[in-house]
Amino acid sequence: MDLNSLTIDAARSAVQERKTTAMSLAEAFFSKIGKDDPQIGAYLTLSQERALEQAARMDSLAARGEQLPPLGGVPVGIKDVMVTRGVRTTAGSKILGNYIPPYDCTAVARMEAAGAVVLGKLNCDEFAMGSSNENSAWHPVHNPRDLSRVPGGSSGGAAAAVAANMAVAALGSDTGGSIRQPASFCGVVGLMPTYGRVSRYGLIAFASSLDHIGPLTKTVKDAATVLRTIAGRDHMDSTSADVPVPDYVAELEKPVRGLKLGVAKEYFGEGLDSEVRQSVEAAIQKLAESGCEIVPVSLPHTEYAIPTYYIVATAEASSNLARFDGVRYGYRARDAHTLAEMYRRSRDHGFGAEVKRRIMLGTYSLSAGYYDAYYLKAQKVRTLLVGDFEEAFKKVDAIVTPTSPTAAFKLGEKVDDPLAMYLADIFTVTADLAGIPGISVPCGKTKENLPIGLQILGKHFDESTILRVAHAYETEHGMKN
Amino acid sequence: MRGRKSGQESRRDTKMKVTEKDVAYVADLANLELTEKERCVLLRDLNSILDYIDRLNQLDTTDVPPMAQVSDRYGVDQSQTGSARFAYAGRDDVHEGLRKSLPHEVALQNAPDSDGTFFKVPKVIER
Repeated sequence: MDLNSLTIDAARSAVQERKTTAMSLAEAFFSKIGKDDPQIGAYLTLSQERALEQAARMDSLAARGEQLPPLGGVPVGIKDVMVTRGVRTTAGSKILGNYIPPYDCTAVARMEAAGAVVLGKLNCDEFAMGSSNENSAWHPVHNPRDLSRVPGGSSGGAAAAVAANMAVAALGSDTGGSIRQPASFCGVVGLMPTYGRVSRYGLIAFASSLDHIGPLTKTVKDAATVLRTIAGRDHMDSTSADVPVPDYVAELEKPVRGLKLGVAKEYFGEGLDSEVRQSVEAAIQKLAESGCEIVPVSLPHTEYAIPTYYIVATAEASSNLARFDGVRYGYRARDAHTLAEMYRRSRDHGFGAEVKRRIMLGTYSLSAGYYDAYYLKAQKVRTLLVGDFEEAFKKVDAIVTPTSPTAAFKLGEKVDDPLAMYLADIFTVTADLAGIPGISVPCGKTKENLPIGLQILGKHFDESTILRVAHAYETEHGMKN
Repeated sequence: MRGRKSGQESRRDTKMKVTEKDVAYVADLANLELTEKERCVLLRDLNSILDYIDRLNQLDTTDVPPMAQVSDRYGVDQSQTGSARFAYAGRDDVHEGLRKSLPHEVALQNAPDSDGTFFKVPKVIER
């Protein structure tokens, strides 16, 4: 049995049935990380002690013949933007280089309560700001499918760890595509749930009206299992919705025949790589063969999504990141003589170039004289973008698109052109702005053997349908890695 | 879409939107110092990004209401209005009294400088 390539159910069953132990499973993953991660760079911090304690707990449950919880003994990684009590959490930033959180993120706590073994913290773009993971203050991540390429971002470490068998599953975060785009680049499944579906308590905030936590996994079923674990109201996050959590795993088995899938021409225009187009169109054809009805829809404001996103997200970021001032935690510049100088110098030395760029853009668009022209304007266009989806979802059950206009690009290719980098998110930011759920599932490879992702977008709180479509595609037509 | 050309794209003001003075002013608001080199790069980047963002002005949004976030539209009881819509968000622990704070020493654990009771910062008041 290759312990590193197991899915969630297979790993849990192996521990439950005593074919292996949670301890050997965890050790197999740490050893794999020790061997392969120096080339990939997915992990920033390992939490051996915490992992082995949890594994021992799961082993003693299994030894007593007790039923393991749904993630019992399953080794997982956590993107470094979710706080973990006693385990260094940096958000990929030097400003939090030595930060040891005094509490746990709710999503992480729920994973552990369901038996998951947390191996460590995964690399990401600084404060989740980026589309290639090259904005990590520590080191870039290399795409395990081709080490000369980026893994996508900002959850690049999470996608790479799952793709490289260095975690069974991972938690990532998605503000503009940061779960789905790296999942697509690395050939794994990535799910962004509905806004409010999963508590963000303990998620280091980037843009609060857009931030989501969700899973990156090897299979759609694993994504459903993780979502079932982390979803649901949390009194520590007032933005977590009071909506019942269905059994996403049971819902997977419902037939997809008769479902209406929308295809929007705006997602197949200029700028879409021809191999990606072919692969996604073929996937849509296969879903039609499975009995889905393909319906043309229009999302006319799509071309305004990126400019809207970069106003809204940076405005919120400039406010959220004001808390990093060198007073209560994080980096402090030692050479400052006044309080103002200390704030400024700490932020100057602590933040990287992209974070400063976004703070500046966000501060500018909120500043007196520019608020109406930029921030208010973007909020209004957001209403139009949401309206596009509301209209489309009157006609269809889900919408299928490419996840990203291209496959993984080369490291260094876009670092000097922030606008080109922002455009990598063109098909993913819309769902964040509208608050709807989206999943990326592998749907083929380019001639250079790079993974391509199919994105399925759903109605608010209807993760069941997009998971079901993704599962049907994966089981009937999916490409095995 | 990225490639779609638009005739209305406003190129009428060829002058830069953001000047060096603006960069300095905004950096001040954002509590950033920035080196001379960073200011130059930001001047270029902000102008290029804002030029792109200009395409929002192609849309007439006069009668469109702004949206700050989506959670008052979905996943809430639509028959309720105002704060009643979010009655569920009232925290049990607050209803019953304040939640316990972090213990003092835990709260100070990550402090860059502390005297054991307070966070220490450079002198604020000159005397």
